[in-house]
Amino acid sequence: MGGLTLKDIRKTYGAVEVIKGVNLEIAPQEFVVFVGPSGCGKSTLLRMIAGLEEISGGDLTIGGRRMNEVDASQRGIAMVFQSYALYPHMTVRENMGLALKFAGLPASEIARRVDTAAAILGLQALMDRRPRDLSGGQRQRVAIGRAIVRNPQVFLFDEPLSNLDAELRVHMRIEIARLHKELKATIIYVTHDQVEAMTLADKIVVLREGRVEQVGRPLDLYDDPDNLFVAGFIGSPKMNFLKAQVSGGRLVLPEFAGQTLPLPPLRSAPDDGAELTLGLRPELFRRGGEAGLELMIEIVEHLGDETFAYATPGRGGPVLTLAMGEGRDLSPGQRLTARFDATRAMLFDTRGQRLR
Amino acid sequence: MAMTSVTRQENRAGWAFIMPALVLLGLFMVYPILWSLWMSLQTGKGMNLHFGGFANIIRLTKDPVFQHALSNTLIFLVVQVPIMIVLALLFAVALNNPRLKGRAILRTAIFLPCVTSLVAYSVLFKSMFAVDGVVNDTLMFLHIIRQPIGWMIDPFWAKVLIILAITWRWTGYNMVFYLAALQNIDPSIYEAARIDGVPPRARFFRLTIPMLKPVILFTTVLSTIGTLQLFDEVNTITASAGVGGAPADATLTLSLYIYNLTFRFMPTYGYAATVSWLIVIMVGILSWIQFQVAKER
Ligand SMILES: Nc1ncnc2c1ncn2[C@@H]1O[C@H](COP(=O)(O)OP(=O)(O)OP(=O)(O)O)[C@@H](O)[C@H]1O
Ligand SMILES: [Mg+2]
Repeated sequence: MGGLTLKDIRKTYGAVEVIKGVNLEIAPQEFVVFVGPSGCGKSTLLRMIAGLEEISGGDLTIGGRRMNEVDASQRGIAMVFQSYALYPHMTVRENMGLALKFAGLPASEIARRVDTAAAILGLQALMDRRPRDLSGGQRQRVAIGRAIVRNPQVFLFDEPLSNLDAELRVHMRIEIARLHKELKATIIYVTHDQVEAMTLADKIVVLREGRVEQVGRPLDLYDDPDNLFVAGFIGSPKMNFLKAQVSGGRLVLPEFAGQTLPLPPLRSAPDDGAELTLGLRPELFRRGGEAGLELMIEIVEHLGDETFAYATPGRGGPVLTLAMGEGRDLSPGQRLTARFDATRAMLFDTRGQRLR
Repeated sequence: MAMTSVTRQENRAGWAFIMPALVLLGLFMVYPILWSLWMSLQTGKGMNLHFGGFANIIRLTKDPVFQHALSNTLIFLVVQVPIMIVLALLFAVALNNPRLKGRAILRTAIFLPCVTSLVAYSVLFKSMFAVDGVVNDTLMFLHIIRQPIGWMIDPFWAKVLIILAITWRWTGYNMVFYLAALQNIDPSIYEAARIDGVPPRARFFRLTIPMLKPVILFTTVLSTIGTLQLFDEVNTITASAGVGGAPADATLTLSLYIYNLTFRFMPTYGYAATVSWLIVIMVGILSWIQFQVAKER
């Protein structure tokens, strides 16, 4: 199993640059997840690695070999598409075996590999069916099987679960995690889904408008984002952002009638008068603490084990999302003091960079 | 099972709604079809008909003109339909390539012949393929031929001309079906094939053709029916002095023969009806065969 190196990878369509110099190291057997808003270039980057899209600039190496000009079939990669892309007129067995046939493997070896993959994925009973006679989850499994038989160095997944219903998505997510352990393969995985990204990834790559915003382990990105964008993107529900101003070593919140909070611990204190953005994760309010904000609840969402309250400081003003634990007694219109630990707040400067 | 009165009422209303259409269909389709079946058992000329049983079928076996028309029609069928289907497929695949420039114009140009006026196109073909027409001139200029070809005089070349004409007219029509089907194929299937290392030729033969199979079957059946009923071109392009099928019946088709039997010679309606029913039977058998071929895995 090989690792990948992306060095200053660029992609232009005509005059438009959609991937603007991506540098990335992916270790062998690592599970890397690309996330980012729609249109940020996740698919494009993945397809460039796959060899489906030409690389306009930079170097791509897979398993130590430069692959920029190498044909898609020779890169040692396999890809699973969002639409499954199964060959509709072939049986499951033929779908899985086609690549091996064109690689010139003997029939006995093809049969052996296809059967092994089928056993891993529990497809044995479906081998002679056509894709149209399979459910969505089964089709997805066949698509994964077609990737497995080729024994690739790197698996590429482009939003593989987004066509499945919620329950099946959870099931397949666990399945993919199990496969990763079992196959010890390098996996690059594109998703919109926070939970998929957080649970599957060894390393998350946050992309925005063709650039890497931050790379790191899921919890590192959650606990210690580099900037406003990553802080807002990772974590669901989203982090709350409030305007704040530094005055006399404390934070003044203009939206909360000038209420003040202590500064969280920082290596270098910000200048007096600096305009900042204060970031508070919804879950901070579940843990309680010294600091408090006077709020009125507008909407309550009871999820059973968790309750989200959407609250404002008064008429107008920002809407804060609060995670309140069980919070069965909360109701709209109620006033409360939302308590939290101010040392765990995050601060961002006007350019969106985190103050540490 | 007992019907509730509501269902019965709805049923009655339903029939009332489709009745006008059914009456018209019955009057102008079902009745003539049945009548022609009855008529095919009649012999005699003009209005002077009497029951002849299988006499017309026996006459078919002894009628050299009919057999000539039948063999001409089958030659057109066997040569023209495959050429046209393959050509239409190639055009469709080429025009489906997003990198091809001027796709919309080419698509229109290839489709246009089947919507042009039959008369205009016949006149054009007649003049282009005249002995001193532009086609012969061009071929001679390019030194491909030495003598001008007698497109409408030589029995062999007359058949070639008809095949050229109907291919020109109907290839674009079939191509549109293929294009529509191709555009329905998920492009990631081809991307998956690229990653699977399937070479371009195999992508065409192992993926595109099988995925288009239902459409290919449909157009083949349609073209077979069309060619078995071939009439327009042989009654206009290869007509001399207003008589189709020239020269020397080299392009006489079954449909043209039916027309001649009914309208040009002393009318023999019964015999003409028999030939018509023969076409129906041939269409039925050939379509059945095509479905069987397409069905086997
Ligand atoms: N063929 C193309 N020509 C021009 N621009 C393109 C082309 N393909 C993609 N783009 C642009 O490249 C950008 C990145 O597209 P891409 O499909 O990689 O986004 P994505 O991150 O995968 O989005 P999503 O999450 O919606 O799938 C988009 O702005 C898109 O408009
Ligand atoms: Mg995408």
